[in-house]
Amino acid sequence: MSITVPAPDPALAVGIDCPLRVLDLDGSRLPSELLDPHLTDIDESALTNLYVDMVRVRRLDTEAFALTRQGHLVLWPPLLGQEAAQVGPARALRQDDWVFASYREHAFALLKGADLGEFAHVWKAYAHGGWDPHELRMAPAQIIIGAQSLHATGFAMASKLDRSDDIALACFGDGATSEGDVNEALVWASAFQAPVVFLCQNNQYAISEPVRVQSSAPLALRPTGFGIPSMRVDGNDVLAMHAAARIAFERARSGGGPTFIEAVTYRRGPHTTTDDPKRYRDEAELEEWTAKDPIDRVERALERMGANMDAVRAEAKIRADELAKELRAAAEHAEAPSADAIFEHVYDRPTKRIQRQQAERRAFAASIEGTR
Amino acid sequence: MTTETLTLAKAVNAALADSLDADDRVLLMGEDIGKLGGVFRVTDGLQARFGEERVIDAPLAESAIIGTAIGMGYRGFRVVAEIQFDGFIYPAFDQIVAQVAKLHFRSKGRVKVPLTIRVPFGGAIGSVEHHSESPEAYFAHTAGLRVVTASTPQEAYSTLRAAIASDDPVLFFEPKGKYYTKGEVDRSITRDLDTANVVAAGRDVTVAAYGPTVETALRAAIAAADEGIEIEVIDLRSISPLDVDTVVESVRRTGRLVVAHEAPGEVSVSSELITSVVERAFSSLEAAPERVTGYDTPYPPSAIEHDYLPSLDRILDAVDRTLGRRSSRDELDTAMASTGAAR
Repeated sequence: MSITVPAPDPALAVGIDCPLRVLDLDGSRLPSELLDPHLTDIDESALTNLYVDMVRVRRLDTEAFALTRQGHLVLWPPLLGQEAAQVGPARALRQDDWVFASYREHAFALLKGADLGEFAHVWKAYAHGGWDPHELRMAPAQIIIGAQSLHATGFAMASKLDRSDDIALACFGDGATSEGDVNEALVWASAFQAPVVFLCQNNQYAISEPVRVQSSAPLALRPTGFGIPSMRVDGNDVLAMHAAARIAFERARSGGGPTFIEAVTYRRGPHTTTDDPKRYRDEAELEEWTAKDPIDRVERALERMGANMDAVRAEAKIRADELAKELRAAAEHAEAPSADAIFEHVYDRPTKRIQRQQAERRAFAASIEGTR
Repeated sequence: MTTETLTLAKAVNAALADSLDADDRVLLMGEDIGKLGGVFRVTDGLQARFGEERVIDAPLAESAIIGTAIGMGYRGFRVVAEIQFDGFIYPAFDQIVAQVAKLHFRSKGRVKVPLTIRVPFGGAIGSVEHHSESPEAYFAHTAGLRVVTASTPQEAYSTLRAAIASDDPVLFFEPKGKYYTKGEVDRSITRDLDTANVVAAGRDVTVAAYGPTVETALRAAIAAADEGIEIEVIDLRSISPLDVDTVVESVRRTGRLVVAHEAPGEVSVSSELITSVVERAFSSLEAAPERVTGYDTPYPPSAIEHDYLPSLDRILDAVDRTLGRRSSRDELDTAMASTGAAR
């Protein structure tokens, strides 16, 4: 038996020369043969909804950042600048679909309906997970870079075995594309034609390392070697991201297998609140990307559509303020876990050894009560 | 009660088949487990019987075998993953210790990971590097994982059924050197995943072992009986959690403890067990506990593996030391003491 191995098909990747874009910086609509058919229902009202979502997401981010600076939260990985790259795909998901994301994908948790009271616990160091994964259909935020891509792929394989049309969305960053797990996930997704979509937010930096450290070629070219179709998209264009996600999700849902989306965007904030980006990038670069702000662009587009922007901004502000108030209340008044939480949920039922250690800790705590 | 005579490999096969039969959410994933039936033929015939969707030949990526099994768990599948050889498990280390072990804790108990990871382990099979290791201590060190072994076809059948039924993730270490050892299996016997088992009663010395070393310990007990020494042999069965109670109860009677396993002794199951027994039964000990383990070296080329592995004679030598009888180390210890060298 002779086996012929097809060469990687560059035609599997679109947007390599210039990322796919349908909203120009001035808010004008650019035609796209690929994306336009998936945006026919996006009228002024739908675009306004996406705008309000992005404003809310940004407000969640800036409020959490402030709460960290004020000592109410202990750490925050900001998403400033990446609102469109997350809101576009998040609003293309069905509620039944599962998201397996990293720690910066706050928009997915928010738009899937996470309770902010529990969400805040993670960043207050009160818990490792911020929601009920089965209720939200979103795995706990993953900190090990790229590990969740395999969980997403496994979920998608299982969905296919169940003859379900639920899909999995794996979210990771540019740095993760160097990890073995992401590459193994691409191998498996392709081999099993699993209904999983890989969303790589290329925000240009893995902490301090520019994307050039990870790759000498556009990240969106990589999946072609695995036989996975790929789209390189302007990650600051919420409509392009929404349309690209709709294409990928529909392909997965209808048995067409995996898709890779590279969202070309920029992390305007630090890696986390403990990072100092001034050590590794210059101001001019930041200004250049600030000019490509994903929210400003939609404001201009809405203006061009004739929207009453004063009313739209006012409405968005009310919604964002509500969210900020809710988050602040959660962060300021969250109830700290008791030390017993150390010992809970390690196993399905506590082992004798853990029960013993819990009793020992309690006895010790009781012994020093009032002596300090 | 109906029993059948099965090799340990066939007992594992029967446990897999019966689990697949009993629960349609159980599925198997691993390298070469389908048409080939596994490199040890442990999964022989299962793909033909249950289909390619329930007995899945995996691409060669250990991290992905475990990582995708976690994802399947989110959808309610109970995956039994096979790692082909002990020494091939390390690419999956992160997924096992940072993901499988911690998801239940991370999610406050809301995500179950009912995954079983089968790992043929141990030496004495005359193979090349990476095919004869005993990596169980790495996993026993990690909270959230259960780590179990089997010493006989019956133990293999019953323990694997319990592992697959458990909502905790379980690493099931199969003594591959005993795959072709036969024994009686009664499929109606059930096991828990927490307890050790006294497999030979004795009043002089307790010898605790697990996996392939249990048989060696039992042969040592028979040999010692010729000299009038009664050895109590405990099959630990579970490495994590360790059933310290059963060992302590035995040591309270015998006053002497020898722990034997193939893995290196440094920071090992014997380190943990002896520490626990000393903490809990110090006053019952008549002699310092001894251990008989692999040396603190990489696993050697197999031409000399029998000098590395715990043997009947090395176990008896350690038993002699606990009884204050003459042992191989008497002159060595004297010589080393005179030169000031550490033991």
